[in-house]
Parts: sequence; structure tokens; C-alpha cells
Amino acid sequence: MGRYIARRLLYMLLVIIVVSIITFGLMHAVPGGPFDKEKPLPKEIIANLEKRYHLDQPLPVQYLNYLKDLTIPRFSKTKFPNTIDDDALFKFKIGGIYVNWVNFGPSYSSRSRTVNDMLRDQLPISIQLGFLAFCIAILIGMPLGILGALKQNTWVDYLSMTLAIFGVSVPVIVLGPILIWIFGVSTKLLPVTGWGSKPPFNLGFLPTGLGWDYWKYAIMPMFALGLSSSASIARLTRASVLQTIREDYIRTARAKGLRERAVVIKHALKNSLIPVVTILGPMFAALLTGTFVTETIFGIPGMGRYFVNSITNRDYPVIMGTVLIYAMFLVFCNLIVDLIYGLLDPRIRYD
Amino acid sequence: MAVDLSSAVTNSNNGRNPIAKKSESLTKDAFRRLMKNRAAVIGGVIIILLYLMMIFADKIAPFDYARQTLAEQNATPPWLTKIFPMMEPYAKAPADNPNKYILGADYVGRDLLSRIIYGSRVSLIIAIIGPLISLIIGVIYGSIAGFFGGRTDNIMMRLVDILYAFPSLLFTILLMTFFRSSLSKPVPGSFGAMLSALDTSLGGMLFIFIGIGMTAWQTMARLTRGQVLSIKEKEFVEAARSVGSSDLRIMFRHILPNIIGPLVVNETLAIPGYINTEAFLSFIGLGVNPPTPSWGSMISDGSKVVRTYPNQTVFPALMLALTMFAFNFLGDGLRDALDPQMRGKS
Repeated sequence: MGRYIARRLLYMLLVIIVVSIITFGLMHAVPGGPFDKEKPLPKEIIANLEKRYHLDQPLPVQYLNYLKDLTIPRFSKTKFPNTIDDDALFKFKIGGIYVNWVNFGPSYSSRSRTVNDMLRDQLPISIQLGFLAFCIAILIGMPLGILGALKQNTWVDYLSMTLAIFGVSVPVIVLGPILIWIFGVSTKLLPVTGWGSKPPFNLGFLPTGLGWDYWKYAIMPMFALGLSSSASIARLTRASVLQTIREDYIRTARAKGLRERAVVIKHALKNSLIPVVTILGPMFAALLTGTFVTETIFGIPGMGRYFVNSITNRDYPVIMGTVLIYAMFLVFCNLIVDLIYGLLDPRIRYD
Repeated sequence: MAVDLSSAVTNSNNGRNPIAKKSESLTKDAFRRLMKNRAAVIGGVIIILLYLMMIFADKIAPFDYARQTLAEQNATPPWLTKIFPMMEPYAKAPADNPNKYILGADYVGRDLLSRIIYGSRVSLIIAIIGPLISLIIGVIYGSIAGFFGGRTDNIMMRLVDILYAFPSLLFTILLMTFFRSSLSKPVPGSFGAMLSALDTSLGGMLFIFIGIGMTAWQTMARLTRGQVLSIKEKEFVEAARSVGSSDLRIMFRHILPNIIGPLVVNETLAIPGYINTEAFLSFIGLGVNPPTPSWGSMISDGSKVVRTYPNQTVFPALMLALTMFAFNFLGDGLRDALDPQMRGKS
């Protein structure tokens, strides 16, 4: 088990490095620089700016410097000055020595902020939204799928599966404006834009309060984002439960006189969860990237808007930082799924 | 000997080839089941109607999609004001004919209905091109990996794993920016210039196809590899090999025909995803070039004025949803009809 995890982590590291190289290459291959403006700046100013951000160095050097800033911690006996260059995601103090670790670099388009600031202030909002949508997806999808399978070919089944197809077919960019129009504009029940929690967050990413002031902002976006995933979970769960209840051990369980409830809960559900769990990892990652769309529609100050803007502005550190963070989430989710897999099905071994 | 055997079988079956009959009846069987699935039939009919609308767009649409009448911006026909009373203060119908624009006009006075009709082009073409690109690249890639196995397989599938770790939406956005900006001023006469010219003539669709296609094939490659692995050890492949068939022939004559069914069904189910991605790209302004209409960019334009003119968002949104319904229903029906486990039941 330990060896398996170690090997997977090593492999993840490799994947992340390759992802970073591809992204770095691709974004520098796009012509135009971060300081090209509609009204061009004088050449000398651009040269100075590029020197300031070390963009005048050869690309491989830039890349290695980026990796160095990202991975190698910096130590100092005095407190780090509060400048852009000396910023870091994790700042702490051990035994009188100040440590700065993981620096994602400055942001070229907003000079006073760094990518670390963005990850501290914006990423938690995206994670909250993604996680809430994830909960919606599971809480609606699984019961719907199980119900459909247990009452196969009855009106319950048809209704839940029709609902599921409707859910899959209504993307965020359709559902979002319609929800805004119904609940925000016509009835004025919910605010149209914004988010109910501001940095600093509890533990770095948890909302500071969970009252109505939080939910009134969260309800529409989390449903808009989570509904289509809940529909795919419902369909998968139904198919999986249907397959399981035809297995021999279910017949055995029934034959030995177990009550139907026990058969379903103890035997059928646990085993039919395996395929469902497989898609939960990629789904959570997809929901996290899906927050980009939702944030644009609902005007939520998460990572999404910054990423889209950063690409058009050639804000290299923001692009790199976002892609790397999301890639890490993706591979990490997959690892967790593989581990849960083993818990649900003891036949799966890790070596 | 084989000839004798087959003729014996043929004779015993009144001159008909039993195998041919069986395969025909399988297809027929699937088709019959598909036809009995009411939702799938409705989906199919809607799709046919949508494609007819797309093909005859210039005959159906009352106006050209780019025709602007600034004096009639945000024009709203009277029937809409009846349904959406909150539009009353902002609505004004064109003076000469209040119902000139059946669904209203947008912020520069372009007919919404015509733009919705022309806007179907991008969505419906990506519904064909997306699966096509993904099938061609994915099947070739996956079958090479699965067929040759060993180190080839290992290296090829590791590459797919790495691409999998790319958040695909982010990757598509990155690619789109790359295409849009690096090929906007290409060297004359180069390959990039050709692509760029083709893209401009298609209203920006070409790069959407490439961008979506490049991120879509990995799933297909994995699926194909798995299928090839499971089938290449079968007896009939060994038989083909023993009579001296080449690798290519085995691949195309014996393996591919056996695995293509589930792959196609899988791609059909992926179509709504492609439509969704295109709509999103156009929504954030990385999709088609204006004034080419796309439902995604129309929703984006409309959502800026959703408080005053909800019709400008609601109608393109409904069309997008309708199209995705139709493809989902048809895809589901196809899968059920071709699923071997369902065969022989009901």
C-alpha cells in the first residue's frame, strides 16, 4: 500500500512536470507579450519591464527559475520584506527562522498582486463552489439512480431517467441565465452576482460564515453547475445497480431469507458503488474547471475570470499557476479514487 | 475442405448463407428496437429537422444574419411583451410593422430568429466533426497501441495519461488563444496562412474543430486499446494470422469491424459534450468570429441585457438545450438498441 502510494506520487510528479513544460512552451509560443497594449509603450519601457520580470532571459532559464521558485523553500533570519518578489504561498516561522515556500510569481496585469494572492483569495471561492456542486451532484444523482433501478420499468424509473436526460442536456450557460432571470430578475429572491464569503477564509479555504448571507449567493450557481453532473451520476448509478442485483450473490442473499432492505443496502449498493466512484474523481476535477463557466455567468470572484483574462493578457505566471493547480487536483482526485476503490473492493490489490 | 463445409451448410439452409442472414437480422433487430424507443425516435426526428433547418437556412431565415438596423435595436414584438410584462418599459416595436422581427432584434438591430437559424450551423457541424476527429485519431492511436502491445503500448498510453492530466477545458482555451493570435498574422504562403484563410472563410469554425478535436480523442484511444486487447487473442484472429494475413489486413478486416459498434455508440453519447464546449468557447469570446452567429455567443450577448430583454438569452438557450436533448435521447436509444445485454429482452 505504502509503496503503491509512493510510486503513484512519483508518477504524479512526473506528469505535473510534463504538463508544466507543455504549458510553458505553448504560452510562450503565442506571439505578443504581456506588455503589448492597444497604445504601444516605448521600447525602452518594455525592455525595462521585461528585465524587471526576467523575461529577457532565455526560455529554459526562465523555466528553471520558475521551478526553483515553486519548489525550493527560502530561509531568512530576518522577516522577508513585503515585496512582490519575496511573496510566497506559505510563510511561516520555525525556531526563529523565517521560511517562504512555494512562490507562483507575480501577476503582470495587476502589479500590486501576485499569483499567490490570487490562489489565497480566489481559489478558495472556486473550491467552495466546486465542492457544493459536487455535493448537489451526489445528493440528487445517487438517490435518483438507485430509485430508478429498484423500481425498474415503473413510472418512478421513467420519471427519474427523463429528469436525468433533461439534466444532462441543460448546460450551465443555458441554466445559468434562465435561473438568473427567474430568481434574480423576475422574483428578486436571490442576488444575481457576487459571493457570500470574503477572504481571509477559515483554514485558508473554508467559508467564514454559513448563514443565509452565504447561501443566497451560493444556491443558484451550485445548482447550475451540479445539476448536469447529478444527471450523469443518476444514469451511471442506475445502470450499475441494475447490473449488481442480477448477480448470483444477491439471489443467495434473498434465498437465505434476508429482508429486501438488507439485501439492497448491504449487498447491492456497496458493490454497485464501484463504477460510480470511478467517475467521482474526474467529475470533481471537471466541476472545478466547470466553475470557470459558472463564475463568468454569476459574476463570482473566483479563479475563472482571472484565467480567461490572463490568457488574453499573456499573464504568464497566472496561466502557469492555474493550469498547474488544476492539473494537480486532477491527478490527486484520480489517486484518491483508486484508493477508495480498494476499500470498496478488497479483491483489488495495490502491487 | 473449408469450401466443402460451407457449401454443405449452404445447401442445408435452402441456398442462403446463414451467417449473412444472422448479421442482417442483428442490425434489423437493433433498428427495430430503436424504432420502438419513442424518445429516441423523437430525438432523431428533431435532429433531422434541425439539419434541414441548417441546410436551408438562407431560404427559411427572414433576414441575413449580419443585417443591422441600428434604429431598430432591441426591437420587441407585441406578443413578447404580453408574455414578459416586465419588458413593457423597455420594449419598442418597429414602427412600420410591429411583428417584423418575430422573436425580436438584438442590441444592434439584427433579427434574432435569423441569427438563431444560422447559429445552428456551428453547433450542428461540430456534432459531426467532433466525433469524426475523435474517432479517426483515437481509433488509429488506440489500435496501434493495443495491437502491437509491449513497449509501444506503454509509451503511447503514458502519453495519453499525461494528456489526461491536463484540465481539458483549460487546454482547449489555451489552444484556442494560440490559434487565434499566432495564426492571425501568419507568414504569407505558409501552411499557417492557408489554415488561417480557411478559418476566416468558415467564420472561425475551423480552429474550434481543431481545438475540440485535439482534446477529445484520448478517451477514444483508451477505449479502442482495451477493445483491441480483448479481441486480438480470439481464435479468428489467430486463424487469419495462420493463413498469412498481414497485420494491416487483420487490423482492418478482422478486428476493427468487431469493435467499431460500441465505439460509435460511445461517440454518439459524447456529441452533447462537443456542442456544449463550442457554446462555452463562443460564450467567453474564443469561439466563432463576429458577426458569424453561434448560440453560445448569442447567449453571452443576451445575458448582458437579461434584466431588460430576456428574449435575447432565452431563445438561443432553448435551442441549445433542445439540440442537446435530441442528441442525448438518440444516443441513449442507440446504446440500448445495440447493447448485447439488452438483446432478446422485451
